[in-house]
Amino acid sequence: MTTPTLQQFERDATAKTADLRHRAVIQKNIATYQASVARGRVRFADWPNARSRAATIKWDTINHLDRYLEQFETNVLANGGHVFWAETAADARAHVLQLARLHGVKKVVKSKSMTTEEIHLNDALEAAGVRAVETDLGEYICQLRGEHPYHIITPVMHLTKADIAQTFQEKLGTPLTDNAEELTMIARAKLRHEFLTADMGITGGNFAIADTGMIALTENEGNARLTFSLPRVHVAIVGIEKLIPRLEDLALFWPLLADSGTGQLMTAYSSLIGGPRQEHEADGPQEFHVILLDNGRTRLLADAEQRDALHCIRCGACLNACPVYKNIGGHAYGTTYQGPIGSVITPHLRDAHDWAHLPYASSLCGACTDACPVRIDLHHHLLHNRRNAVRRGFDNPIQRFLFRAWLCAMLSPVRYAVAATLGAFALRRGWAGPLLKPWTARRDFPTPPKQSFRDYWRKNERRA
Amino acid sequence: MRVALFIPCFIDQLYPNVGIAMVTVLRRLKVDVYYPPEQTCCGQPAFNTGYWDEACTLAKRYVDIFAEADAIVSPSGSCTAMVRNFYPELLGKATKTTAHTYEFAEFLVKHLGVTDVGARFPQRVTYHDSCHALRELRLKDEPRQLLRKVQGLELVEMDQPETCCGFGGTFSVKFPMISYAMDEVKVTSIQSTGAQYVVSTDSSCLMQIDGYLRRQNLPIKTISLAEVLAST
Repeated sequence: MTTPTLQQFERDATAKTADLRHRAVIQKNIATYQASVARGRVRFADWPNARSRAATIKWDTINHLDRYLEQFETNVLANGGHVFWAETAADARAHVLQLARLHGVKKVVKSKSMTTEEIHLNDALEAAGVRAVETDLGEYICQLRGEHPYHIITPVMHLTKADIAQTFQEKLGTPLTDNAEELTMIARAKLRHEFLTADMGITGGNFAIADTGMIALTENEGNARLTFSLPRVHVAIVGIEKLIPRLEDLALFWPLLADSGTGQLMTAYSSLIGGPRQEHEADGPQEFHVILLDNGRTRLLADAEQRDALHCIRCGACLNACPVYKNIGGHAYGTTYQGPIGSVITPHLRDAHDWAHLPYASSLCGACTDACPVRIDLHHHLLHNRRNAVRRGFDNPIQRFLFRAWLCAMLSPVRYAVAATLGAFALRRGWAGPLLKPWTARRDFPTPPKQSFRDYWRKNERRA
Repeated sequence: MRVALFIPCFIDQLYPNVGIAMVTVLRRLKVDVYYPPEQTCCGQPAFNTGYWDEACTLAKRYVDIFAEADAIVSPSGSCTAMVRNFYPELLGKATKTTAHTYEFAEFLVKHLGVTDVGARFPQRVTYHDSCHALRELRLKDEPRQLLRKVQGLELVEMDQPETCCGFGGTFSVKFPMISYAMDEVKVTSIQSTGAQYVVSTDSSCLMQIDGYLRRQNLPIKTISLAEVLAST
């Protein structure tokens, strides 16, 4: 049924699909990504097997999540860190604000984290008078522009160098340049100072390692490393599905994520955070806090059929493979997590009714499922979500009636033939009707031929 | 071997020549075929829109109608995938009938072991991978093997033949702006090959592509793989 979220989605999708410049930018940027993934993929001796192994490890983790989470907590505490279990986004925000107050935090530096986007942390910090500075270059540009990330891995995939230069000129007063290095140096000069004067560093976590109580972070700019090592307090906000059982599992998951995310063998910086600064150590934060975020994930965990959607390592491969994403872009979804994985999990993580339309906004082509490095059956989950929406009565009553009437016709060859004859009659007169109108508005529907296959068979082929 | 013809509803009504072409080729290969006249629709439109109870009723009906067949052949990767890949989920189990339903090109290459069906089609063509044939049935080479053996046919690959055309059944009317944009991208890719014809296993994809081509008065034509193989 029509909801404000659906109406917004339709408006944004209509605008973006008509924006040919947007389409050209995205196709070019995704083509660059796909070329480097193709080059990187050959470095796996056996890619299908790597995917299967990753899926098996994730399956074990998610199906024994209670055990692994407790093991993780025990080890973080043993390393001198703190763990907070946040059931909701509000719980997580409140805990960060409480820590900020406790430590007299005026400024926070952040490295790229989709969980902080999910819980709208920046708004909460600003409201509490704490300045939050994004330090990932893409996220920094988003923040300057007042935009949400366009893509879970590549926040400004929709921008060209010229767009970024213009943003910098408008917001920072720097001269226009189309030189990527110069642009990077502008951001770097601004951000260095922020790192040195921040009181708290907030990161996400690409993986949370149960057997060592460590957080693994991957990045290409070194900003995450500065974020967690320079300020006095480090807070890592991690979705509970980010667990992996063993440190050695990174030998598979690090390259898997780097390859699927950016086509790299490994990202430029790979860090393991094992707790606050120890006495013999030269640097690191005084306090290390992990916030384990549920925020609807246990609802998905309770659904045995779709639980494997929690295997996701947030690599973005399904977005890059998705022809819908390539045409509507990341912002049109209106969600934290865009693309196929977003359309699978958002109805579970947020209001199922408000987001029921997203699983329908797919041609079910299955390119996402083939791209997923942990073998999540994404397009089949979109089908499951559609079925669940109907079962919960979120469908349009007219559509429901039409499908019942349609079934009635399909149950009898006679009724089927009558319905087909009526339909063909209407179509030959150019009456597409409201059902076909959206399609025929910009395309020519075929004219039904005089004779159907069954008529042909009856006349020519039927033998005793 | 009793081979039944499964002619999906929209092929029956809109593209009967595709079904007739399939019969022509099978007869040429001395395959004895029959057509159960009770068949209507496999239920995919309902299934894909979330109406699984309605789809399940049609799944049971299909299994009854085709119970006696040793093999069931259909000129649609999409409807074949519905039966072979999705019926087991609806019915709670795979049956002989669901497992022995084949897409036409798949049946020719994998079951009859034939790639040269004695066809002649002296045109420059490009092949569009239907998503269901490619990613549900894993048919990538089979249709191309058949095309390469067609006399006079020149096969030119388009950029990203595996990208969806944007049809997706009810998706194309629920979100016509997205479907249309995907169509446009696909047609651009087809045009750059300089092909006279675009061929596919699936007439639903071809309907989507043809609808755009005709509205824009573009000179490229669509044709099903079955019709190419029936040409002499």
